[in-house]
Amino acid sequence: MSGHSSYVPKTGFERWLDARLPIVRLMHDSAVSYPVPRNLNYFWTFGGILVFMLVAQIVTGVILAMHYTPHATMAFNSVEHIMRDVNYGWLMRYLHANGASMFFVAVYIHIFRGLYYGSYKAPREVLWILGVVIFLLMMATAFMGYVLPWGQMSFWGATVITNLFSALPVVGETIVTFLWGGYSVDNPTLNRFFSLHFLLPFMIFGVVILHVWALHHVGQNNPTGVEVKNVAKDTVPFTPYATVKDLFAMVCFIALFSWFVFYTPNFLGHADNYIPANPAATPAHIVPEWYFLPFYAILRAIPDKLGGVLAMFAAIAVLAFLPWLDTSKVKSMSYRPVARILFWVFAVVCVILGWLGAMPAEGGYVIASQIFTLLYFGYFVALFVLGIFEKPLPLPSSIADSVLGTMKGGSGARLATATASEPQAKG
Amino acid sequence: MNTRTLRLALVGLAAGFTLSATSTVFAAGERVIPPSLNWSFSGPFGTFDRAQLQRGFKVVKEVCANCHSMSLIRLRNLSQPGGPEFSTGQVTALAATYTIKDGPNEQGEMFDRPGRAADAFPAPFPNEQAARAANGGAYPPDLSVLAKARTYERGFPKFVFDMFTQYQEQGPDYIAALLTGYKDPPPEGVTLLPGQYYNTYMPGHLIAMPPPMQDGQVEYPKGPDGKSPVPETVAQYSKDVAAFMVWMAEPHLEQRKRIGMMVMIFLFIFGGLLYYTKKKIWARIPAAA
Amino acid sequence: MAQATDTSSGTTRRDFLMLTTGAAGAIGVGALLIPLVSQLAPDAQTVAAGAPMDVDLAPIAEGQAIKLFWRGKLIFVRHRTAKEIEEARAVAVASLPDPEADQARVKEGKEAFLVVYGNCTHLGCVPLGNAPGESKGDYDGWFCPCHGSHYDSSGRIRKGPAPKNLPVPPYAFTADTKIKIG
Repeated sequence: MSGHSSYVPKTGFERWLDARLPIVRLMHDSAVSYPVPRNLNYFWTFGGILVFMLVAQIVTGVILAMHYTPHATMAFNSVEHIMRDVNYGWLMRYLHANGASMFFVAVYIHIFRGLYYGSYKAPREVLWILGVVIFLLMMATAFMGYVLPWGQMSFWGATVITNLFSALPVVGETIVTFLWGGYSVDNPTLNRFFSLHFLLPFMIFGVVILHVWALHHVGQNNPTGVEVKNVAKDTVPFTPYATVKDLFAMVCFIALFSWFVFYTPNFLGHADNYIPANPAATPAHIVPEWYFLPFYAILRAIPDKLGGVLAMFAAIAVLAFLPWLDTSKVKSMSYRPVARILFWVFAVVCVILGWLGAMPAEGGYVIASQIFTLLYFGYFVALFVLGIFEKPLPLPSSIADSVLGTMKGGSGARLATATASEPQAKG
Repeated sequence: MNTRTLRLALVGLAAGFTLSATSTVFAAGERVIPPSLNWSFSGPFGTFDRAQLQRGFKVVKEVCANCHSMSLIRLRNLSQPGGPEFSTGQVTALAATYTIKDGPNEQGEMFDRPGRAADAFPAPFPNEQAARAANGGAYPPDLSVLAKARTYERGFPKFVFDMFTQYQEQGPDYIAALLTGYKDPPPEGVTLLPGQYYNTYMPGHLIAMPPPMQDGQVEYPKGPDGKSPVPETVAQYSKDVAAFMVWMAEPHLEQRKRIGMMVMIFLFIFGGLLYYTKKKIWARIPAAA
Repeated sequence: MAQATDTSSGTTRRDFLMLTTGAAGAIGVGALLIPLVSQLAPDAQTVAAGAPMDVDLAPIAEGQAIKLFWRGKLIFVRHRTAKEIEEARAVAVASLPDPEADQARVKEGKEAFLVVYGNCTHLGCVPLGNAPGESKGDYDGWFCPCHGSHYDSSGRIRKGPAPKNLPVPPYAFTADTKIKIG
């Protein structure tokens, strides 16, 4: 999609390097001249925000690892040592702990943006599936990271989640013993979780590179879902346009992040995790971190152990099949009035599942969880059926047309200014 | 417009997901919500009241420390900025009053030496078993991070507002309420076993800790008029202890909020500059080429 | 920058805005580096652990040496023989690689006790010469096996690649055979 490279080496050294390792050309083509649809809204800034969050988590995580002790008798105190004695250790730890939550806030917005605008459809199926892989890796990383402070929630979260695998027939018990490295969650478990928690972010980084590669190969989707037809008319160069917009959105997001880090750093956590792990007493009510709650609700909705585990994994796996489950040729739900309603119902279902995941597994909550689990999977069935009958609204003929249309309806003054600067605007 | 509803809904979605954040800790049993007290350290500009922390430390040292450990607290912490801010001289003198078991020496024997500022706050019992044996089987929890480990469910929609009001003082509210919440004799129909006490705010109401304080038990520093500036009552002791416990759990709270304010101001300015830069740059695009 | 030539006033404003934004960004990144770097410095616990330490010298017989740690650093305390003291004082100070008189390296009246840091000033190995039977080098002091530095009975460098004498830690005698290091 990016077509011919517009990179022109200026100095002798650049020409020399370009002939041997065209890395500057690669950077130029993917971060400067890369054409971006001109009609992207702010939901498209979350990709950049997520890259920032990944780097932030890796930087703070590597620093925390310098001061942390992965041992069952010392882990809790070493985290408190970071909070109390290490210079700015409290800042590193609160950044990392809240950063995980912010990472998921951003990734959920990113996913729902993709769902709404049909970013999973051809030719972006592989791009989407890579995204699902990243999401899975993120969940694994977040889960193992939460175990490391070795508080009550860490310990019992690890116990409950690793026990999921015991549901598998025949091999289940063996897998769990191998996960634990013992006969219960104990020091060997903590050690391997620490090792894997350090490794996985770099695997995420690798898949992110593939994700971005796939994105730059097929080009970005946009709010109309109409593909770029004329690069000159429909797109703007990544730098400075997308760069400055992404930066602005990033700073707004960092402000939200900072609010939690500096003012309510424990709001997103659990008080019980400030009680050291105690294998002899389970907290009255164990709950995973907020970002796992919808899946936790699906797990508990099924009265059968294996069934619950399968349903939970299916809830994530189904996303990977979405490109083929959604039969409509129209990408953006802005032009699919019925699908749009389904989308909002789905979003509300996810929120309610999240709430149910936080409630005790008893009485009406279980029945409600079952109903909403059905609705969750129902969305994908409905999309499949709907695509066959649906009559979408007329699509704009091109991205440029859609922008012009909005501008005519919206602000005439802005149109005039923009036209006035037209001659020199091609950057 | 679509985008606007989408935007609103996604914000709602994000907010909804955080619902779980303050989810139940004490789900079972009825719970009496402790009253929300005024704390000097709440809000974005909150700081500790030094005099209160010093009083709180006196109560903790004379009363609580007889049964509870504070294993994460070093005596030197008492003089660091943002805490009770005792002078280093006071802390050294205080440390010297403690006897610390150290060793082994060249003969392979443990020996006693006077405490130093770098030492941890001495624990009343050598181990958990000893603590249980001395307390009728109940283990007095370590106080170091207890103010962050105790909370109560705020419920919807309060917990959403808490995100904006920065209310996060469930811990000290609960601790202060618990220390004043004893009822003797217990209400009708409650039978207590030996070693049990009735406390309004304890989840399940049965607590193994006897009422720890009485009015006038701890002598507070006198003001110029020869009287303590605050009443020497259980209610006041409880507040002072709770405040001290918040400092123990979060010793860098003041620094955190101070830096936070600078970060927020910076982000506001930088964000504003970026907004106008973005507008300026995007104005260059032709409406339709 | 081609766009910047449209109107002169517009140019100044745009450039000023961008410069300010860039500067603000640079300040932000710079400020962020402060915690990221200062976390590498010794933490409060490490700093506080360096409290002065009492050492009883009475058990060290003449000709013996002991090793101990203060602030995580190795320290040698040697009870020198009269011969060793004499050797250390006989040498012409000016001829040494790192000229320093033996008198300046011990406490007056307590010449028998030499207290020095126990890491070679070359690259930090521990020199031999404390335990009986170990090589004491050519000058009755210490010999570093890593790169062949010879220290004399005053802990001064005499031969080999090390540039400096073994430094003397801060200490003082609190009693006849008791010192406080730090």
